[in-house]
Amino acid sequence: MVRNFSCLEVNRIKALFLEETTLDYQLLGLGLLSLVFVFVDHTTNWLDGSRSALTIVTTPIVVTADLPNRSARGIEDIFSSREDLRGRITGLESELIFLKVKTEKMAALTSENNRLRGLLGSAAKLQDNVLVAELIGVNPDPEEQEVVIDKGAEDAVFVGQPVLDSRGLVGQVVEVTPFSSRILLISDERHSVPVQVLRNNLRLIAQGTGIGQRLELLHVSSTADIKVGDQLLSSGLGNRFPVGYPVGVVDRVDFKPGKPFAEVLAKPNAQLDRSRHVLLVFTESRILEKANTGFEKSGKRGG
Amino acid sequence: MGDEKTGGLVVIWITIVVGMVLAVVPMPQFAPVELGFLRPDWVAMVLVYWIIALPHRVGILTAWLAGIVVDVLLGSLIGQHALSYVLIAYVAASLYQRLRMFSVWQQASILFALLGVNELVGFWVESIAGLKNWSLWYLLPALSGAFLWPWVFLILRFLRRGVGMT
Repeated sequence: MVRNFSCLEVNRIKALFLEETTLDYQLLGLGLLSLVFVFVDHTTNWLDGSRSALTIVTTPIVVTADLPNRSARGIEDIFSSREDLRGRITGLESELIFLKVKTEKMAALTSENNRLRGLLGSAAKLQDNVLVAELIGVNPDPEEQEVVIDKGAEDAVFVGQPVLDSRGLVGQVVEVTPFSSRILLISDERHSVPVQVLRNNLRLIAQGTGIGQRLELLHVSSTADIKVGDQLLSSGLGNRFPVGYPVGVVDRVDFKPGKPFAEVLAKPNAQLDRSRHVLLVFTESRILEKANTGFEKSGKRGG
Repeated sequence: MGDEKTGGLVVIWITIVVGMVLAVVPMPQFAPVELGFLRPDWVAMVLVYWIIALPHRVGILTAWLAGIVVDVLLGSLIGQHALSYVLIAYVAASLYQRLRMFSVWQQASILFALLGVNELVGFWVESIAGLKNWSLWYLLPALSGAFLWPWVFLILRFLRRGVGMT
């Protein structure tokens, strides 16, 4: 009893003063450790393993944060009226027929194209497999145009994989963890994509501008043939993005007299801030590469 | 005694996780993009509260662990938030007796300084990695955090007293 009391007494006295030296040592030790981590994470990829292990903790946080959004849409669905739903169904049905016709035409064109390419002896085939993924998070920093999706290494997602939505190119995968992955959008300042103008095959580089979700075309010579309304497609140079997906539409061209380059801005085709579903593209070359190295994962994808 | 302690730890970590959820919760569609610049660092505020209230249970180590998780959560360089949280945890732990004596709004002004240091360190690390340019707008989250501090303080104190942690 007496011992207990004295213990309590010691605790009381301790409670008044935190040990300054312990604090100093902790600051020094953990501060230095953090700095080392920053350095190692910046220069190497040694910490990627522990990062993806820790996402098992953070993925539930991201999913929880998305709940209000998700339930709001659920409630909207419950309260939408019968007529609304009917209207939507008929709209979708007509759109489906329209798209079906288009796809049939597309299939014929693809097979013809492949036959012609076969005649030319070219290896590239026009056939990409896709996987649908849903958005579960957005980077809270408005300067960093990044989103998190619900597919990861378990679904054979890989770093550098191109991502599309129904209208155009969205971005590429930059970080893969078992059940989620992070996508860098084409509008991020750190991202650029090789493009070509549909009208005249002029090759350019489109870099993101950050907040405005615009694309800036770099090094457009002041004599280049480019005008407002030109459609930009991915050119496939650099072997990162597949050829021929819509990237953006030029919406400002400013030829400045006396400057070697014109200022050209484009608006992305994809709805970068609105689409909830995105498509992960498995390009033919990647599948071939996988098949050569071993056929373990590509069987899972099916179609 | 042991149970009480672990129970208290659970409550503390739950509030930290709630802070993390608030840190990544998406802005509603109708809100302007610029609102994102006002998002305060909730985790840092929660950590500062617990360090002032229970300096023997929550300290630099807790702040560091939370920082590592936040780094993974936000996809920043591992160690970036850990470093800034360690620094503000150190200041808060050294000053906790004085901070307890202050009124809430006085605390809020100190918190502005702390959160400002937090943003500054984050920016410093990112600029070493060559990622960003400085602008004073980076102090906006510190300002909004300072204005929200009284409410964070009251809610967490209510919670702490409700659970009976001293």
